[in-house]
Amino acid sequence: MTAETLPPLSQGEVSEVRNVSPSALRQKMLEGLPAKTLRKRSKQIIENDPEKPPEIAANTRTIPGIITQRGCTYAGCKGVVMGPIPDILHLTHGPVGCGYYSWLTRRNLVKVPPGQPNFLQYCMTTDMQEDHIVFGGEKRLAEAIREAYRIFKPKAIAVYATCPVGLIGDDIHSVCKQAKEELGINVFGFSCEGYKGVSQSAGHHIANNGVFKHMVGLDDTPVEHPFKINILGEYNIGGDAWEIDALLRQCGIKVIATLSGDVTYDQIIRSHQADLNVVMCHRSINYMADMMEKKFGIPWIKINFLGAEATAKSLRKIATFFGDKALMERTEEVTAAGMALVRPVQAEMKAKHSGKKAALFVGGSRAHHYQHLFAEMGIETISAGYEFAHRDDYEGRRVLPNIKIDADSRNIEELEVEPDPVRFRPRISPEARAKLEAAGFSFSDYQGMMAEMKKRALVIDDISHYELETLIKTWKPDIIGSGIKDKFIIEKMGVPCKQLHSYDYGGPYAAFTGAVNFYQEIDRMLSSKVWNYVVPPWKKGTETQL
Amino acid sequence: MRKIAIYGKGGIGKSTTTQNTVAALVEMGRKVMVVGCDPKADSTRLLLGGLAQRSVLDTLREEGEDVELDDIRSTGFCNVLCVESGGPEPGVGCAGRGIITSINMLEQLGAYDESAGLDYVFYDVLGDVVCGGFAMPIREGKAEEIYIVCSGEMMAMYAANNICKGIVKFAKTGSVRLGGLICNSRRVDREKELITEFAKRLGTQMIHFVPRDNDVQRAEINRKTVIEWNPQAPQANEYRQLARAIEENDMKVIPKPLPIDELESLLVDFGLFN
Repeated sequence: MTAETLPPLSQGEVSEVRNVSPSALRQKMLEGLPAKTLRKRSKQIIENDPEKPPEIAANTRTIPGIITQRGCTYAGCKGVVMGPIPDILHLTHGPVGCGYYSWLTRRNLVKVPPGQPNFLQYCMTTDMQEDHIVFGGEKRLAEAIREAYRIFKPKAIAVYATCPVGLIGDDIHSVCKQAKEELGINVFGFSCEGYKGVSQSAGHHIANNGVFKHMVGLDDTPVEHPFKINILGEYNIGGDAWEIDALLRQCGIKVIATLSGDVTYDQIIRSHQADLNVVMCHRSINYMADMMEKKFGIPWIKINFLGAEATAKSLRKIATFFGDKALMERTEEVTAAGMALVRPVQAEMKAKHSGKKAALFVGGSRAHHYQHLFAEMGIETISAGYEFAHRDDYEGRRVLPNIKIDADSRNIEELEVEPDPVRFRPRISPEARAKLEAAGFSFSDYQGMMAEMKKRALVIDDISHYELETLIKTWKPDIIGSGIKDKFIIEKMGVPCKQLHSYDYGGPYAAFTGAVNFYQEIDRMLSSKVWNYVVPPWKKGTETQL
Repeated sequence: MRKIAIYGKGGIGKSTTTQNTVAALVEMGRKVMVVGCDPKADSTRLLLGGLAQRSVLDTLREEGEDVELDDIRSTGFCNVLCVESGGPEPGVGCAGRGIITSINMLEQLGAYDESAGLDYVFYDVLGDVVCGGFAMPIREGKAEEIYIVCSGEMMAMYAANNICKGIVKFAKTGSVRLGGLICNSRRVDREKELITEFAKRLGTQMIHFVPRDNDVQRAEINRKTVIEWNPQAPQANEYRQLARAIEENDMKVIPKPLPIDELESLLVDFGLFN
């Protein structure tokens, strides 16, 4: 990529903020670290170059003693990917805490038609006691599955293993297999013990494997529609998926399944009939996109519905794939209407907030996507980083062949996928594909976050609280997008913080309507006078010693 | 009350040695409790004349929290008190956690209280120190004196050396010490000299050399210790000597485990690699 063709987000340079250059701030963050920690963090705090993204270390173990934002493998599997599916009964096998504290915490909304089951309001767990640890918990699990079936009669039960289950070696998969035969419904387990992998990212992979093995492709009842797609990696936080779905419907595109946001079991088992997979969160679900392409021949493209421009671009990309004239025309109409809606608000916001600075430390795609929304308000992203993403999410998929597979990643099963002998069907001819590619259309690709960030912006993987505090003290961004573990620390330091995992109590922020909603929410936070009343500890002269 | 744990390689004769030694102690009039820490629950068979009826963990599972000491403690030869921790069948659950649970249970129920009037408690622990649970008796001062049963066979010595590493770890923060090696003879050449030297290098002593004698087997078939089965047998006197040596032992040390090459060269020196 050359400077002339750089996307608008990455034009210009972060030379200094409050008289401190990015390299000086980086130095400050690394100052005083012990040698081994210094070596490691130096590779994870990088000055960006959008034209030639430098290598960043990611998806490696967090250093003990650093306060990390990360979650565990169970959280990634049960909490993120599987959790949003309302008509699968989710059963946590373990002591009560893992089930209880993952209960209704992620704001993945659902609208369940009357008479249809919704198990998300329940917290189901085997509530293992010491006795089950000592003597094994398999019988307890089998009983719990039977009891759950007796009361709720679900179509499917998913079982999630917590740490102690892995330690004592309960064979949850054979318990599930037996239950499946006994009850005549789909029962499957996930070995997503929290200690596996370096973050929740491992749990996403395990969940992808399970969904693919136990659900995708079970129902061949034809889905009749000329333009049918799946949205992968969209979790309907605050209702995002509904906005996207409505927009696509206006264009004339049918979404078979959204993995996993307000999606049903029946939609997932039919999702292999789509003609195209569009990937929102690359990190959490690229495995599924790849496996579906290999087994069924469904191509995938990366899209992004956060930001009005990004939404318009994504809609056009989908319509271009189908190449239908009427579809493309409708898409243009929908896009024009959407842009007409957002433009006046954008103008108002730019007048008010241009030149303000944001920093984003969140997720595996969110730290990238929200930069679009901030940019549309005139707010520049001076620093960003992911909590659990891998190098390809930073530098783009071109680095995939060079990513070192370490012991932690090897621990996670990689499914061997073959084309389905009957159902594999390329959705697009090689000639049509080549023609699209020649016109600049990219399949199976993600450019990563760095290509869309300004030169010298600081990219920080798995940021620690110390680094975050140093950043706030030095650069004092006007707003930070982060998660619950940092939110109140940031706000006590006088900087508003928008939670971009759960959206606090807000949302939706996707598509055109969501974008307007986001601008207004950020405007409200930035305009509040309350931040001027917060005196951060370093301005009080004495820091409270804990 | 002296709190003693017996460790050693699997199959070395820990349970047999422990029970015979305990039999000698109770014969001397001492008040002793034996706690079997093996899921097979066969550590007190010779003292009770058969397998203990219910293990702590089985009882806990069946009765819930409402457990009395008498439900889990049986009286055997010369009023020795016997407890079996018990545990899961092979291949399931966590036996180590089971040991932690049952020792805590015994404490809660007052099995170690002064009113119990114990002179000794013996923990007979399965195999090597495989994980945290099996180290339970040497953690938190549950056992303060360790005796390792070994023989002149290489693997038994490797295991003894490893157990010493476990003792060092917990000795740093607690009161646990090594009391000595008990050589349960396998009739290896120069076995007595070898173990005496090994013990010396570890910074401890060979507290007794128990010769191999088929009377041990004969007594076992009759579900008895040698002391009970035939008090006049020469082997009974060996165990009496061992019991007296333990009773009089005042050499309790933090061991110095050997580097593996030193351990192997020791075996070479004593002609085992010829």
